[in-house]
Amino acid sequence: MHNNAVIKLENIRKVYQTGEVEVHAVRGVSLDIARGEFVAIMGSSGSGKSTLMNTIGCLDRATAGEYYLDGVAVSALNRDELADIRNSKIGFVFQGFNLLSRTSALENVELPMLYVRHSVPRHEQIERATKALELVGLGGRIDHHPNQLSGGQQQRVAIARALVNQPALLLADEPTGNLDTQTSIEIMGVFQKLNEQGITIVMVTHELDIASFAKRNIIMRDGQVVSDKVVENRLDSATQLTRLREAHQSVKLSA
Amino acid sequence: MRVFATFRIALRALRRNKLRTLLTMLGIIIGVTAVIAAISIGNGAKVQVEAQVASLGQNVLTVFPGSFSTGGARGGWGSRSTLTAEDAQAIMREVDNVVAVSCEIRDRNQVLANGRNWNTSMMGESPDYLSIRAWGLTSGAMFTESDVRSAAKVCIIGKTVADELFNGQDPIGQTLRIRDIPFKILGVLQSKGVNFFGQDQDDTVVIPYTSAMRRVSGRDFLSAILIQADKAEHMERIQTEAAAVLQQRRGGREPDFTVRSQLELAEMATATAKTMTLLVGGVAAISLVVGGIGIMNIMLVSVTERTREIGIRMAIGARGRDILLQFLIEAVTLSIIGGVLGICGGILVSKIISAKADWPTVTSNTSIVVAFLFSAGVGIFFGFYPARKASKLDPIDALRYE
Repeated sequence: MHNNAVIKLENIRKVYQTGEVEVHAVRGVSLDIARGEFVAIMGSSGSGKSTLMNTIGCLDRATAGEYYLDGVAVSALNRDELADIRNSKIGFVFQGFNLLSRTSALENVELPMLYVRHSVPRHEQIERATKALELVGLGGRIDHHPNQLSGGQQQRVAIARALVNQPALLLADEPTGNLDTQTSIEIMGVFQKLNEQGITIVMVTHELDIASFAKRNIIMRDGQVVSDKVVENRLDSATQLTRLREAHQSVKLSA
Repeated sequence: MRVFATFRIALRALRRNKLRTLLTMLGIIIGVTAVIAAISIGNGAKVQVEAQVASLGQNVLTVFPGSFSTGGARGGWGSRSTLTAEDAQAIMREVDNVVAVSCEIRDRNQVLANGRNWNTSMMGESPDYLSIRAWGLTSGAMFTESDVRSAAKVCIIGKTVADELFNGQDPIGQTLRIRDIPFKILGVLQSKGVNFFGQDQDDTVVIPYTSAMRRVSGRDFLSAILIQADKAEHMERIQTEAAAVLQQRRGGREPDFTVRSQLELAEMATATAKTMTLLVGGVAAISLVVGGIGIMNIMLVSVTERTREIGIRMAIGARGRDILLQFLIEAVTLSIIGGVLGICGGILVSKIISAKADWPTVTSNTSIVVAFLFSAGVGIFFGFYPARKASKLDPIDALRYE
């Protein structure tokens, strides 16, 4: 089973030094996430979930503990090696989309391939980026710039960008934080579809209903995992969308 | 990381802020324009002076008599009447590597021919005079050594004299009267133009120095002795040895002559041009440095503005080096485009100065290459700090930056 673990955390601790005060953001988290899982990490602000997310995303290194990502011991890597790991093994989706403005959707999606160590031929870059955009349902808008796209569409571009290097892990930090309910459900639909195709997803959110689209929920408090269980009444995006439309319809009729 | 792709990113970033890009480049543009124009003007002056010095002849030294002084009144240089033809012969005989010597007598005289008259410079010279001054004849021939021995009444004339007196007719074989003495015209000199003292070198009549002494001026001393060395590197030694020979002939008396080298003359003439070039070049170099600081300033602003972009790039796998290269290439692109525009501007300004101010300019390829490399260097030097700052950013902080 350990061979199958994409993420293996062993007693991870993170201590920040802010002035004279030591802040213990993460206090000993051990966690296994297997290939093909869809995990939502929840918790209020200050629970340490963002810090844990940065550690899992190789943006930051833990103060203590061991972290294996796709079999690689990440704790021992230097700055450049972490950058390479982020490039090849992790796809990021952020709350604020974080697309490059005045750059087309296609070029945004091509970006991660620019930093691949063994360079990707130009025609393959275009081919892979186009495919990734088609996968998230934006095949017809590859030339659009972020300011010509809706929030949901921008997030889809970000997801396509995260997938283009075929990472072992898709990491989403509050992916629906800036989106309305319907678009949020649509994005969860994209996640569920990708997960069905075998992509491992770890998502941080503070919304319970969004977390219910995942297969497994982890709740954090004060830097520790307080709950880790399988979602029982899992929501399905297609059903939720239909329900939402019916609700809209009834509001209109009664008005 | 692929440099070409980075170059494309840099160009796009620069296109986004066209006005800012142009203003940033302006410092480099002005600096390089000034450098190229200054060097072109300096080179032009140098070439002109060199041409004028060369018109004096190849490797020429001149002996002038010293100043005449009697009873407290002192004459100027050349006023002494102590330089003789024997001095010239002694130099030719005793100093090595001297290929030719000419005795010179200068005088101004009214000349008549063809029913017209003209006041011109009369030069008494040896037959070697033309070879010393690297001066050719358009027609006819130079007088000979036997003409000198016999103080023959023969002459060659400059182009201005030919034009003024003969007005298009062939002067060869005609008679020219100097102080009523008839001289037969043997040849016409090629045009040499104005020398750097502003004299028309073509306004001259050359006769054997013996004829000038005995028949025209009635004096037995020379105005100068021209000495030609075989090679430039012997000139310094010849200068000393010629002075020693002349001093020896004068026994214990005070030296009453000066030996001047053409090199000294050339140095004097180019010194002014050099100073000007240095001055303008210095100002231009300062302008380049100021331009570089402008680039650094804008790059620092750009790094701050694009902190979030840097964070995104790092999150998706850009190494610090990739970010460094991106911003460095952007700075270098900025300075190189500025440099190229400056080179074009410099060439244009040189051409305008040539055309409007009638000042020759020579734009050398070396100055263009140096200006180009220098502007690239400015980009690297002043772009490095901001680029390094960008590459050292923490990805998490950069992503959170608002």
